[in-house]
Amino acid sequence: MSAAAPLSSRGRTWFDALADGAQRVETGLGSLLVADATLTGERVRLLAVVPDPRNRFPRARHGELGLEEGWALARHIRDAIAADRADAKRPIIAVVDVKSQAYGRLEALLGISFSLAAAVDAYAAARMAGHPVVALIVGSAISGGLLAHGGQAHRLLALDAPGVTVHAMGKDSAARVTRRSVEALEALGKTVIPMSYDIRQFARLGLLHELIAGIDADAPSAGQIAKVKARLAAAIADIRVDPGDLTSRLNNAEAKVHRAASIEVRRRLAEQWDAS
Amino acid sequence: MTPTEHGTDPTAAERRDRFLARRSVIEMRARERAQALLDPGSFRELLGPFDRLESPWLPLQGIVPQSDDGVVIARGELAGKPAVIMAIEGAFQGGSLGEVSGSKIAGALALARRDGEAGKPVLPVLLLETGGVRLQEANLGEAVVAEIHAEIIALRRHVPVIGVITGMVGCFGGMSIAASLCSYLVVLPQARFELNGPEVIEQEAGIDELDANDRRLIWSLIGGEQRYETGFADALIEDDAESLRRTIGDLAAQGVPARHRTEAVDDYRRLLAQIDPTGPLDGPGFRQIWPRGEMR
Repeated sequence: MSAAAPLSSRGRTWFDALADGAQRVETGLGSLLVADATLTGERVRLLAVVPDPRNRFPRARHGELGLEEGWALARHIRDAIAADRADAKRPIIAVVDVKSQAYGRLEALLGISFSLAAAVDAYAAARMAGHPVVALIVGSAISGGLLAHGGQAHRLLALDAPGVTVHAMGKDSAARVTRRSVEALEALGKTVIPMSYDIRQFARLGLLHELIAGIDADAPSAGQIAKVKARLAAAIADIRVDPGDLTSRLNNAEAKVHRAASIEVRRRLAEQWDAS
Repeated sequence: MTPTEHGTDPTAAERRDRFLARRSVIEMRARERAQALLDPGSFRELLGPFDRLESPWLPLQGIVPQSDDGVVIARGELAGKPAVIMAIEGAFQGGSLGEVSGSKIAGALALARRDGEAGKPVLPVLLLETGGVRLQEANLGEAVVAEIHAEIIALRRHVPVIGVITGMVGCFGGMSIAASLCSYLVVLPQARFELNGPEVIEQEAGIDELDANDRRLIWSLIGGEQRYETGFADALIEDDAESLRRTIGDLAAQGVPARHRTEAVDDYRRLLAQIDPTGPLDGPGFRQIWPRGEMR
């Protein structure tokens, strides 16, 4: 294998599976895959950030969301919004396997927060323009990676498979910032639900629309791919019935139990908003 | 030097008097900051300490919660117009946002949006002293920060959303994305503003990439003055409450900008295309190739 060969990754595996041979949209980046695929007879725009060992920016070679990836995501989402202005709004599907944002000195200097914010803004703009926006988590969804690529989706779906993980920060850094050992962090994750790196615990917070079981995340069979496509189509249909904003994440049975404080804060804030 | 009324440089005594007349914002707590910005007598706190909405997750980890969870929401008037100040208390848990503190901000933004949609604009001002997501509430912190992003984007169609980073905590993590989404951003020289904290960059990328203890280097990359000079902030002001109040009023009067920074996609991509990631680029060098104003 030559050093220049593209790294295999779950993001690429699932992008290819869902694209099903659809022609790729040229992005100019080896790290950003975009295609307009067909899902149950409807055109959908797929976007995935994947490892690219030749990435110009060395800190973004392992599938991180870097300076160029954020702005390029924004470009290709906004292109779909512009193209569909007078037409049916194509669904936007983020295939999520993002290690994190890129960490580096150049990233700091060049304002990487604006790059991620541009992607956040574009996904939210698509959602508000009437495009159903779905994120499918097939691997890692860590920190800014998820905020910028999936965080603004109407519905979050995830595979119930080993290696599918959502978290605010990677374990080593989280341990350093909170002055804990990695072991202590893992132990806490077992009792404090939002601290967990386990996708099933994440689902208990009411943040997932669906956890899709029985899928080999690394080497899915044709039947498993068909099942995931069907669940994506069902999520899109659900959005069309009741788009809302991000409130579906709060209006569900799991959230009523494990996000009771979020709901209480919003309720009492509304009561106090206008002076009596 | 600023000319004085005598038309000459200020004397040492005049400089001292001016310095003493300032009211330092950095030295204020979040509640005092909100009080200092709102018109006298108009401050009204929502979900204050007596509402006792605390983090349900910190006590499970042996950490003492705070009865406002480190965020002050205050309504009132700013220069005679309705405003809501959302001030993060940097002294509690590093200004980190958990489920309750983050929901207070997301909820306030949502109510301001409701009023904006109804034709009753409320000026939203975010005081961002924050390390970002509270890692003790990790995934819920992340979820509420995504909700804050969504609300800023929806609200800024109606009214300009103003962000302020004063220091000394600075603004990091998911909340640096929130700052990047604001219509206008005000910084002090003492502010640091970046997605990744220096310690995290050093942890993830190694000390050769960035030495988190090299203060001079950090300020030259992400300090308030550098951010202003490269167009990532709209105003750079001294540490004085009256200056901050006046600056917020001036920016609000400009209304919603024709284009937000995060919509300047092609301009920013042109900049990145010019950058050679293998070459040396430092703070002063970046100021030369990307002077302020290019993003608007």
